Amino acid sequence: MKIRLVYSKLGKVRFTSHRDMARVWERCLRKADIAMAYSEGFSPRPKLSFGLALPTGGESLAEYLDITLAHEWEPSDISELPRRLTASMPTGIDVLEAVALPLGVDSLQQAVTSCTWTIEMVGTTIERRSAQIAAVLDAPTLRVTRERKGKPVEDDLRPLILVLDPTEMPDGALGVLAELGTKPRAVRPSELLTALDPSLPTGRIRRLNQWITVDGARREPLAVGAAVDERTEVGAR
Amino acid sequence: MNSLWPELERLLGRVQKPARYIGCEDGVIVPEHAPHKVAWLLAYPDTYEIGLPNQGLQILYEILNERDDAVAERTYAPWTDLEAILRTERIPLFSVDTHRAAADFDVLAVNLSAELVYTNVLNMIDLAGVAIRADERGDADLLVAAGGHCTYNPEPLADFIDFFVIGDGEEVVSEITEVIRDWKTSGRTPGSRRHVLRELAKVPGVYVPSMYEVTYDGPALVATTPRYPDVPEQVEKRTVADLAEWPYPKNQLVPLTEVVHDRLNVEVFRGCTRGCRFCQAGMITRPVRERPADQVRTMVQDGLRRTGYDEVALTSLSTADFSGIEKVVADTVNDPANSGQVSISLPSLRVDAFTVGVAAQLQKARRTGLTFAPEAGTWRMRQIINKLITEEDLYSAVDSAYSQGWRRMKLYFLTGLPSETDEDTLGIAELATNCVEIGKRYNKSASVTVSVGGFVPKPFTPFQWFGQNTVDELSRKVFLLRDEVKRNRGVQMKWHDPKATLVEGIASRGDRRIGRVIEDVWRNGGTFQEWSEHFAYELWTDAMERAGLSIDWYVYRHRTEDEVLPWDHISAGLHKDFLWQDWRDALAEVGLEDCRWTPCYDCGACTGYGIEHIVASATAPAGGSQGTNQDHSHGGAVPVSILPRATVGAASR
Repeated sequence: MKIRLVYSKLGKVRFTSHRDMARVWERCLRKADIAMAYSEGFSPRPKLSFGLALPTGGESLAEYLDITLAHEWEPSDISELPRRLTASMPTGIDVLEAVALPLGVDSLQQAVTSCTWTIEMVGTTIERRSAQIAAVLDAPTLRVTRERKGKPVEDDLRPLILVLDPTEMPDGALGVLAELGTKPRAVRPSELLTALDPSLPTGRIRRLNQWITVDGARREPLAVGAAVDERTEVGAR
Repeated sequence: MNSLWPELERLLGRVQKPARYIGCEDGVIVPEHAPHKVAWLLAYPDTYEIGLPNQGLQILYEILNERDDAVAERTYAPWTDLEAILRTERIPLFSVDTHRAAADFDVLAVNLSAELVYTNVLNMIDLAGVAIRADERGDADLLVAAGGHCTYNPEPLADFIDFFVIGDGEEVVSEITEVIRDWKTSGRTPGSRRHVLRELAKVPGVYVPSMYEVTYDGPALVATTPRYPDVPEQVEKRTVADLAEWPYPKNQLVPLTEVVHDRLNVEVFRGCTRGCRFCQAGMITRPVRERPADQVRTMVQDGLRRTGYDEVALTSLSTADFSGIEKVVADTVNDPANSGQVSISLPSLRVDAFTVGVAAQLQKARRTGLTFAPEAGTWRMRQIINKLITEEDLYSAVDSAYSQGWRRMKLYFLTGLPSETDEDTLGIAELATNCVEIGKRYNKSASVTVSVGGFVPKPFTPFQWFGQNTVDELSRKVFLLRDEVKRNRGVQMKWHDPKATLVEGIASRGDRRIGRVIEDVWRNGGTFQEWSEHFAYELWTDAMERAGLSIDWYVYRHRTEDEVLPWDHISAGLHKDFLWQDWRDALAEVGLEDCRWTPCYDCGACTGYGIEHIVASATAPAGGSQGTNQDHSHGGAVPVSILPRATVGAASR
């Protein structure tokens, strides 16, 4: 069976990379004695499926992980899981909730359609920020070029900027709150910052939510499992 | 408290791999600093990825933090990007545990395991905010200490290090703490630094270079003599008699970011008496002290459970020699608690003890890389270096591995060995080719990677008198071999830069005058010299010239029996006449048996200190031509029982 869990990543541990976190998770699941299913082949690996990578240095209140377990679990054991895992994870990682996933749910990479971020704008002023937000929102297109497999590829970011508002960071520093699309590719917070003001250094960023939008309805990834459950139950009656 | 973290946090977004600097490892100890506690900053002079796994540093970290009168934190060399930022922002070297400035500590203790890090040591002392030269540091400054294998020739760093520790650190670190604690609690009065150093010089195993006078006659060293009567003429190494009393590290640190040797490491024995003549580690760490097999099993099982690792390395200088190795390996692999997912790696595996039995056990979980070290290409050469493994030993080990499903392996060799001819060098290619042929019987894509290092003669080995091969000669041999190896597509070859080998040679057997060269290279920006992208050969050759020192004298010249060596005032317990006789035997192509299972030939390592080998098994391991009274000219047949091969993937669910 598969379970999906959500965790936060705050403090010093935010400087670990996505790859680092994959290794930390593998070890911590073994430490917590969670029997995982393994892949076949010469070097079997536990079946873990991570969501969209969080940039190294970024904090998050909404990181997701799908785990394929070796056995079926009782719902009461699943509800115990956040406490057990938080105890085995490094300081700064708190597992907030875990749910069983019904069969056939899309992977996080496939399913997540947008993420909400707060992005610090180091040393800016309220006036400059307002003007820059307005300029981005008014632009018909925002073309960026990046290199892929040695060839320049041009993308338009503008359709992927779904929400862009001024906000304050927890310590009162100026920033923006942005919902950024992930299809066909995820816009990185740093790309938005460059679009707003290329002169700014990288400040703090924090992912607040990941969203799965289906037929216009926006849900959090844990709710997807619950929603499918309801449908199956209705259908079974 | 005095944490630099708020400042660092703003800056880490600008550097590569910032997780190197955050600490937060599983197993980390929260230190409680106090005025009566000696604060140690344990430093590894290379990147976090290389330094974090260092077992010596982790052992001392635990022992010190268990004491009531000490705290220990760790630091690693900041990479060049962070170093530039630290210097611009005027932020000193800091600990990764609580991000305290180096100045908050009483001792900066550096691990020396390779010569090419010496300039990094100077850089870290400088970043710590004190003078790099020991004689320019004052009473308020921290003490700079060094330990590790390279301290057996401390002289090249003598100008920069306040005190060196020779040998095992487990016991002496506490004795040193007590001396420094008394100094600290007495208020470090003006002029007392000199006094504490004098006191440290009386601790067995501690060498304080400023307490010794060095005299020269032209380029030749005449003597290194103590300045005071209470300072020992010769500093004896420290040896812990019984490893069972030191089950450290108890809580191996598990890093959040990827490091080398990223696995559980359990030291199964210390010391080695195989007697390979090129091997400094084998000479200076004698006698053999095995950890009891039960303790090994406990440390493996507890360690796996606590860390969540799925790989454990049983470490030593030659793990296949551990008494009952097959049982320890089998018990670990077959323990139901490990659910078939734990793999074992045995670094430093001798081919003459690698049997199909061991191979079959090793590949039950994930198959780890396999490396053998024949070291030389011909039997003649292997007799000279006393690595008495025969071609048959190697081929049967290789056959065992391929037959159990390995498809590639690594073979380590040295070139530039005493009396080496081109036939010996080309013998490497022949061995590798034959190994690939064996592999092809089992798998069409079988291959072998040959890794070739240039030989650097080391202090306290029988080869300490040998003149190292020149850069040109090493390059010629490497290319000769490369051209030969090219003819076989199954053999890949990697080699160590002969220029880097030369620089290692300068530091390996250098005297105190080489300190000027190291300082010159550092002042000209030569840090991270073991990283090929930073290695700067010309900085070293220019510095030698500026110092008026000859590479030929320091590196290429053969030494004579009566020559005073720069490390003569240090003792590894080995009698100098034993080493000289072994050097003569080498040139006569005479091998020497392993004394673990045969009568003592009085090298000095046991008798001098009144300690003995601790070996659980009275007989030598299965297979092996060395020390087993087998005919050296033929080598031993490896007794094997072919085990049924486990189905791949059987362990997965």
